[in-house]
Amino acid sequence: MSEEYGNLDSSKLDVLRELGNIGAGNATTALSQMINKRVDMGVPKAELIKIEKISQILGGEESLVAGILLGIEGDVEGMMMFVQEQVSAHHLVNLLMGRDLDDFSEFTEMDLSALQEIGNIITGAYLNSLSALTGLKIIPSVPNMAFDMAGAILSVPAIEFGKVGDYALLIQTSFGGTGEEVFGYFILIPEANSYEKIFKSLGM
Amino acid sequence: MALIKVGMADLKAVKYPDNLTTLGLGSCIGVTLYDASAKVSGMAHFMLPDSTQIKNNENKAKFGDTAIDELLKQMLSLGANKSRLVAKIAGGAQMFSFGGKNDLMRIGERNAIAAKEKLKALGIRLIAEDTGSNYGRTIEFMSENGDLHVKTIGKELKVI
Repeated sequence: MSEEYGNLDSSKLDVLRELGNIGAGNATTALSQMINKRVDMGVPKAELIKIEKISQILGGEESLVAGILLGIEGDVEGMMMFVQEQVSAHHLVNLLMGRDLDDFSEFTEMDLSALQEIGNIITGAYLNSLSALTGLKIIPSVPNMAFDMAGAILSVPAIEFGKVGDYALLIQTSFGGTGEEVFGYFILIPEANSYEKIFKSLGM
Repeated sequence: MALIKVGMADLKAVKYPDNLTTLGLGSCIGVTLYDASAKVSGMAHFMLPDSTQIKNNENKAKFGDTAIDELLKQMLSLGANKSRLVAKIAGGAQMFSFGGKNDLMRIGERNAIAAKEKLKALGIRLIAEDTGSNYGRTIEFMSENGDLHVKTIGKELKVI
């Protein structure tokens, strides 16, 4: 890849940010339809972050997080991750299952597959909007979910960004009504040449 | 006595009684080197196997080859003797399993191999490892006796 995030000029960064915002917005809508409830979305925050710091974004390297990772093929290649603290994952499942929001009992098999499905839908919605905006073909693979220490889960995107440079772009989103906050980060990790394709498709 | 934290793409060399730790190793590798008689310990947390494959490679601690070289250099300057050094490695997990032969996903394994090859090339003996599988690891190195504590979620503490 010829460009690394640290060197991107501000207009290109704005574009990536905006794509992230729209993607996160679509993901929220998809979630709202799925749980048949209004879901508010906070203003997504786009952050350019040093890769060494990426493992600290969710309450420190050892905090327990849920990560959903899928591969991307087509015109844009790479990976996409949706990651959230375990508390948020519980909130999300409880919202979906119509349970008491602060029910932190261990996830059942059913909960896990629900969580995977939510991940599938919101990452799919995110990528669809990216595809629609750019006119590029983006084909997601079946997502894979893992629960572990934040450092370990986030080492996967950190390593991918690390191949190119020292920065990663994170889109933080929050959704849920008041007091039902579910926070999560979308991390889009395009491979070599894919950025250029994205910019080119937008006439930049 | 202090517990010195080593971040991602970071390395540190210390003298007894300071201990070293790195938190939440996933596909990255934690390498420890130890000179038991000089009581000099070192730890590196690298992300990628090979600096020569990457254009932007200024951070030595990010790559297996250059991280181990740099760690060795810092330990020698603290009084370690290269011929007495022994190594342990941990990490190199595959956090997500995808079918097929996606090279991207095998980075943990490649990192572990890179560490072993580099140590071999330097003539440093690898005496213990806890690598691979699909879970994260926090490691803590005891400068008093060279024990490496490996902590994982939902499992017993392992000492290698």
